Amino acid sequence: MPPARSWRAYSQTYRLEAARCKKCEKVFFPPRLVCNKCNGREFERFNMKRTGEVVTHTVIRTPSDEFSGEAPFAVAVVQMDDGARLTAQIADVSFDEVKIGLPVKLEFRRQYSEGEAGIIQYGYKAVPVRE
Amino acid sequence: MRDVAVIGVGMQKWGELWSKSTRDIFVESALLAMDDAGIDKLDSMYLGSMTPGVFASQEHLGSVMSDYLGQGHIPATRVESACASGGLAFRMALMDVASGMHDIVLAGGVEKMTDISGGETTHALATAADMKWEGVQGVTFPGLYAMMAVAHMDKYGTTREQLASVSVKNHHNGTMNPRAQYQMEITVEGVINSVKVADPLNILDCSPVTDGAAAVIVVPADMVKKFKKPGVRVTGSGHATDTIALHGRDDLTTLAAVHASAEQAYKMSGKEAKDIDFAEVHDCFSIAEIIVSESLGFFERGKGGPAVEAGETSIEGRIPINASGGLKSKGHPVGATGVAQIVEITEQLRGDAGGRQVKNARVALAQNMGGSGGSSVVHILEVM
Repeated sequence: MPPARSWRAYSQTYRLEAARCKKCEKVFFPPRLVCNKCNGREFERFNMKRTGEVVTHTVIRTPSDEFSGEAPFAVAVVQMDDGARLTAQIADVSFDEVKIGLPVKLEFRRQYSEGEAGIIQYGYKAVPVRE
Repeated sequence: MRDVAVIGVGMQKWGELWSKSTRDIFVESALLAMDDAGIDKLDSMYLGSMTPGVFASQEHLGSVMSDYLGQGHIPATRVESACASGGLAFRMALMDVASGMHDIVLAGGVEKMTDISGGETTHALATAADMKWEGVQGVTFPGLYAMMAVAHMDKYGTTREQLASVSVKNHHNGTMNPRAQYQMEITVEGVINSVKVADPLNILDCSPVTDGAAAVIVVPADMVKKFKKPGVRVTGSGHATDTIALHGRDDLTTLAAVHASAEQAYKMSGKEAKDIDFAEVHDCFSIAEIIVSESLGFFERGKGGPAVEAGETSIEGRIPINASGGLKSKGHPVGATGVAQIVEITEQLRGDAGGRQVKNARVALAQNMGGSGGSSVVHILEVM
């Protein structure tokens, strides 16, 4: 990934900065310029709480080249407690443990690296919340 | 708007066509369509192709193909909507003729997918998803549909066997299609025991990587008598979009763009789901055919799995789906798929489909989808 493209998303990938529509309160992650629910254009930025739960999930066994060293790995759509949904790998988990409704929290993790000269991409991965 | 008819269709056998270039593949099928219509000159053309820049290091494909097809300086437009590029090219051709701008228009599609590695292909296809917010997590297309499958199985009790039944049916149909990439029978057990791709989907739940093209000729309906074969009337067209990120949708067990595009086409044609005699739909993965068949209104939500298992969608069933073999057996050269659906429907409505002929077919529906449902194109065609 070009460094600038990675850098532009630091507010999201590093601190989960989202935007809440001032008109209808829908939460967007990443932030947008126009609300797709009410067409509102004014938003309040905030950092989401890092907790949520699994909405649906899979285990990727045949990855694209960037992730060839990582497979198999679990991926889920996560409903964040602060309203937005996002896609995240689930780390530190046995695949049997991944279920709809599993409580997770997003941790700061290394996502992938692009060879010897490319960037190392950091961001969020989900891990199960264990009592 | 003028009424529009399909008057010629062309498609060569699909597969791993190592000896042929993108140009060869497209021009061969385009010439078949032009010969079928009995013409050698076009007024304009539309070409569906998802990402020839990645697959074949060549963009600007409209101009390449009008030149290699010997059409001189005609307007030629490449159309892109991921895996719905072909269906959308057909819709553009339809609008071109309906508007009165042009009379004889070719809608084609092509993709040459096997020149690059499997990992590069997976990446190229993943660009139809939200690369920045899904792709960065390593999610693939099979992975996105797998997550829909998990949600659908959880909500409706759809079973692993029902998913497999889609692939088994489509492979059976494909044995009767001489242009299909994989003309072999498979079994439910075979699907369930095949290599895992993204749980719960296995390799035999997934459409293959394919080289191929397809082309059709559309003209004003009142001109069809000037051509040598029977025309097929296009009575409905719909096109809708949705978030390209799966996580952007509230309900992961349905496809809102499929529903919206179908509603447009039903309204335009004056038909309802129950009036459709057979359909070609976008079975890029087994779960896709089940959800699409529900979103089109053929079955209640949650009933698509039991329906395929009970044989309701087989060629002899109540509503045959993918008599051609579908993407699963016929192959899925992404930009060509939507046009190939029109080829199949035209041949079926002409009574030219051989061993896979649907009996008493007069009204048919084609549904072509981009990404994980971020775009959908639906057409309704009828015997003239």
